Amino acid sequence: MKKLSARRRHPLAAVVVLLLALACTGGLYAAFAPASKAQADETSQSLTIEEGKKLYAVGCASCHGKGGQGSSDGPSLVGVGAAAVDFQVGTGRMPAATSQGPQVVKKKNIYTQAQIDQLAAFIASLGAGPAVPTKDLYGPDGADIAAGGELFRTNCAQCHNFVGSGGALTKGKFAPDLQGVDPKHIYEAMQTGPQNMPSFPDTTLSEKNKKDIIAYLDSVNSSKTVNPGGLNLGGIGPVSEGLFAWIFGLGALIAVAVWVAARTAKAKKS
Amino acid sequence: MSTNENSESRDERGKAPAGERVADWADGRLGIYSLAKSNMRKIFPDHWSFMLGEVCMYSFIIIILTGVYLTLFFHPSMNEVEYHGSYVPLQGQLMSEAFNSTLHISFDVRGGLLIRQIHHWAALIFLAGMFVHMMRVFFTGAFRKPREINWLFGFLLFVLGMFTGFTGYSLPDDLLSGTGVRFTEGAILSMPIVGTYISFFLFGGQFPGHDFVARFYSIHILLLPGIMLGLMVGHLILVFYHKHTQFAGPGKSEKNVVGMPLLPVYMAKAGGFFFLVFGVIAAIAATTQINPIWAMGPYRPDQVSTGAQPDWYMGFAEGLIRYMPGWEINFWGHTLVLGVFIPLVLFGLVLAAIAVYPFIESWVTGDKSEHHILDRPRNAPTRTAFGVAWVTVYMVGLIGGGNDLIATHFHLSINDVTWFVRIFFFAGPVIAFIVTKRICLGLQRRDKEKVLHGRETGIIKRLPHGEFIEVHEPLSQEQLHTLTAHHQYEPAQVGPAVDENGVERKIKGSEKLRAKLSNAYYGEDNQIPKPSVEEYKEITSGHGHH
Repeated sequence: MKKLSARRRHPLAAVVVLLLALACTGGLYAAFAPASKAQADETSQSLTIEEGKKLYAVGCASCHGKGGQGSSDGPSLVGVGAAAVDFQVGTGRMPAATSQGPQVVKKKNIYTQAQIDQLAAFIASLGAGPAVPTKDLYGPDGADIAAGGELFRTNCAQCHNFVGSGGALTKGKFAPDLQGVDPKHIYEAMQTGPQNMPSFPDTTLSEKNKKDIIAYLDSVNSSKTVNPGGLNLGGIGPVSEGLFAWIFGLGALIAVAVWVAARTAKAKKS
Repeated sequence: MSTNENSESRDERGKAPAGERVADWADGRLGIYSLAKSNMRKIFPDHWSFMLGEVCMYSFIIIILTGVYLTLFFHPSMNEVEYHGSYVPLQGQLMSEAFNSTLHISFDVRGGLLIRQIHHWAALIFLAGMFVHMMRVFFTGAFRKPREINWLFGFLLFVLGMFTGFTGYSLPDDLLSGTGVRFTEGAILSMPIVGTYISFFLFGGQFPGHDFVARFYSIHILLLPGIMLGLMVGHLILVFYHKHTQFAGPGKSEKNVVGMPLLPVYMAKAGGFFFLVFGVIAAIAATTQINPIWAMGPYRPDQVSTGAQPDWYMGFAEGLIRYMPGWEINFWGHTLVLGVFIPLVLFGLVLAAIAVYPFIESWVTGDKSEHHILDRPRNAPTRTAFGVAWVTVYMVGLIGGGNDLIATHFHLSINDVTWFVRIFFFAGPVIAFIVTKRICLGLQRRDKEKVLHGRETGIIKRLPHGEFIEVHEPLSQEQLHTLTAHHQYEPAQVGPAVDENGVERKIKGSEKLRAKLSNAYYGEDNQIPKPSVEEYKEITSGHGHH
C-alpha cells in the first residue's frame, strides 16, 4: 500500500485511475449485458405470448375454451406443449372445420411460422409440455437408417404400412401416408401423439430413435426414394399388384389374343 | 414299311436331302411319321377366347424357366445372418439366409431383379389366366361330356396354382410373406382336434421354427409344379383326344371341327403368341415393381404391418376371414375358433361348388350324349346365372380382402366396407343370379324376335295411308342357323306313381329333386322356346306379317 500511496501524486495517477474506472465499467457492462438482453427477451417472450393469446382467441378458443381448458368440442390444451401446436397448426389440421369427418385431416396451413410460434408460446405458457424440436434432432446427420427401419416396423408399420404409405383404422379413421411430411412434423407427431396416434415420448423412443426413424422414412418414402423395380404402384402391396396384373397384364394379353385371332390364315381358293 | 424302298429308289437319283434322312432315322426308332400323320393336320377352331388356355400355358413355361434361374441363387435356409449387401436401409440387420439371398438376387445378381419380377408377374397372370379360362369353359358349357375329367384337371391346376403361388410368396421370408404364413398357421390351428398337430408337423414345432422355408421350397419348386406339369400335359392330351369345341355356325356340327390345321397355321400362330405373351410379361416386369421385399424388411414374429395382403388369388380367402365375425366357442378348456374355421370351410366349399357343377348339371339334364358345339351363355340361363353368382361370391371375397385399402382410397369407413361385404356375401349371389337369368331370357327373346322378324334396320318408312313402320331386314340363312342351332331340353317329369302293372311305386326323393331342378332349368319361364320351323314359315309367308 505504501508504494501506491507514495505515487498517488504522480502526474499519471489520474490517467491510471481513469483507465481502471473505464475497465471496470466496461467489464461490468460486459458482465451484465447478457442479463439485460435476457431481460429484453423476456419482454419479447411475453409479447409473443400476448400475440399468441390474441390469435388463439380468434382461431382456437371457440372449441378449446378461452383459457385452453377445453370444451365439449375440443380437448384441453394445458400441457400439450409447443410441439403439439406446431404440428397441428403447421400441418393445417388446426383450426379444424366445425363439422369434421371421422378425423381431422391435414390441409393448407393458413398461419405464418411466426404466428404458429406465437400460438405455441401461448399454449406452452399454460402448462409444461414438449417443446418444438430443433433441426439437429430431426436432421439426417448421424442417423442410422437400418436401425430406423427396424424401429419403424416394430412401432409404426402396424398402422402406417411397411414404408409409411398409410393404412386404415376403424370407422373411417386412418393413419396417413408419410410421404412429403416435414421431418419436424414427424418428430412432433411421435412426441405428442396427435388424434389416434399413440405418443412416443423420449422415454419410449429416444431422441436418437426418432432421428433414425425419420431418416428411414426419408430413404424409403420420399420424393428421392429410388424404386429399383420400376413403378411402385402406391407401395401398398399385393392388392394394387393384383389389380395391375388383371387389368394391364391379362387385359393386354386378351387384347393380343383378339388381335392374333382376327388375323387368320386365308384358305386358298383352288 | 416303305422307308427302305423309298431310300432305295432315292439312291438311284442320288442321296435324299439331309432333313429327310434325319426324319427317316427318327421314324425308324420313334415312329414319328404315323404320329405326325395323325396330328399334324389336326384341326383347331379359331376364336380369341380359345387362346386363354394358351396364355396360361405360356406363362407357366415362363414361370418354370425364370424359377430355375432363381433357384441358382436362392438359399432356402432360415439361419440368421447379418446383411452386408448393397441395399443401404437394411445394412447390419439380422435376417434369415432366405431373405438375405433374395436381397442378393434383387440387388447383386445380374438380371436377378428382372427375373424375379418376371417370375412374380407371370405367376399373377398365370392364375388370372386360369381363372378367366375356367370361366370361358364354364359359361360356354365346354365342360359337358366328354370333357368332365378335363374340367377337373383344369380345376386342380387352378387350385394347385394357388398353393404353388402361396408357397413361392412365402419363400423370401420377408415381413409380408411371414405375416401370410402366420395367417396360414392360424387357419390350420383353427381346425378342431387335428389343427395343432398339423401345425407342429408343418413347422417342425412352434411357429415359425427353422424349417418352413426349406419345406415350402421343396413343395414350391418340386412337388406342386411337378404335379401341375403332369396335369397340364394330361390336360393337353385330352384336348387333342377330345378335339377342340367350337361355336355353332353353318357347316359346324357335333361330328366335325371347322378351323385351321395345327401345321402350319397353329404352329406359327401359337409360336408367335408365346413370344407375345412373354413380351407383355417382360415389359410389365421391366417397368413395374412387384413385391419389393427390401421395403418390407425381414420377417420377425413380433412385427406386423398394415396392408398385409396375400397375392390376388388368395385374396378371396383373406376376405372370408376379414369379414367373418370373430366368433369362438370355449368348452372344457378348449377353444373352437369359428371366426377362422368357418371361413376355412367356406373356402373349400366355394371352390368345390364350381368344380362339381358339371356333374350336377349332367344329372339334372340326364343327357348322356357328347357335346362339341359350345353354348352361347344366354341359351343356358340357369347355368350362366349360377356362374355369375359364383363369380360374385368370389369378387365379394376379394373386396373383403382389400377392405382396408378400399376404405382409405375411397374415403370410406372400414366398418362400412366390412358390413357391405357381409351383406353382399349372402345377397350378392342371389341378386346376381336373378338379374343374370332375366338378362339371358331377355337376350333369348331378342334372338327369337330377330329370327322371326329380322334385323331392325333403323329405316322408317311411311306407308301410303300414313302409317309409319320400321323396315326389318330378314337374317341370312347362316345367321338363322347360328341363332337356332342350340338344343333345348324338356323339363324332366317325376315318373308315374304306379308302374306298368298298376302297383304303386316308391318315388325317391332324389327323383323329385331332379324334376324340380330340371323344371327350374328348362321349365316354362326359365327358357324361351326357340322359334320352330312352322312359326318361321308362318310369319315369313306373309300371313303373319304386320
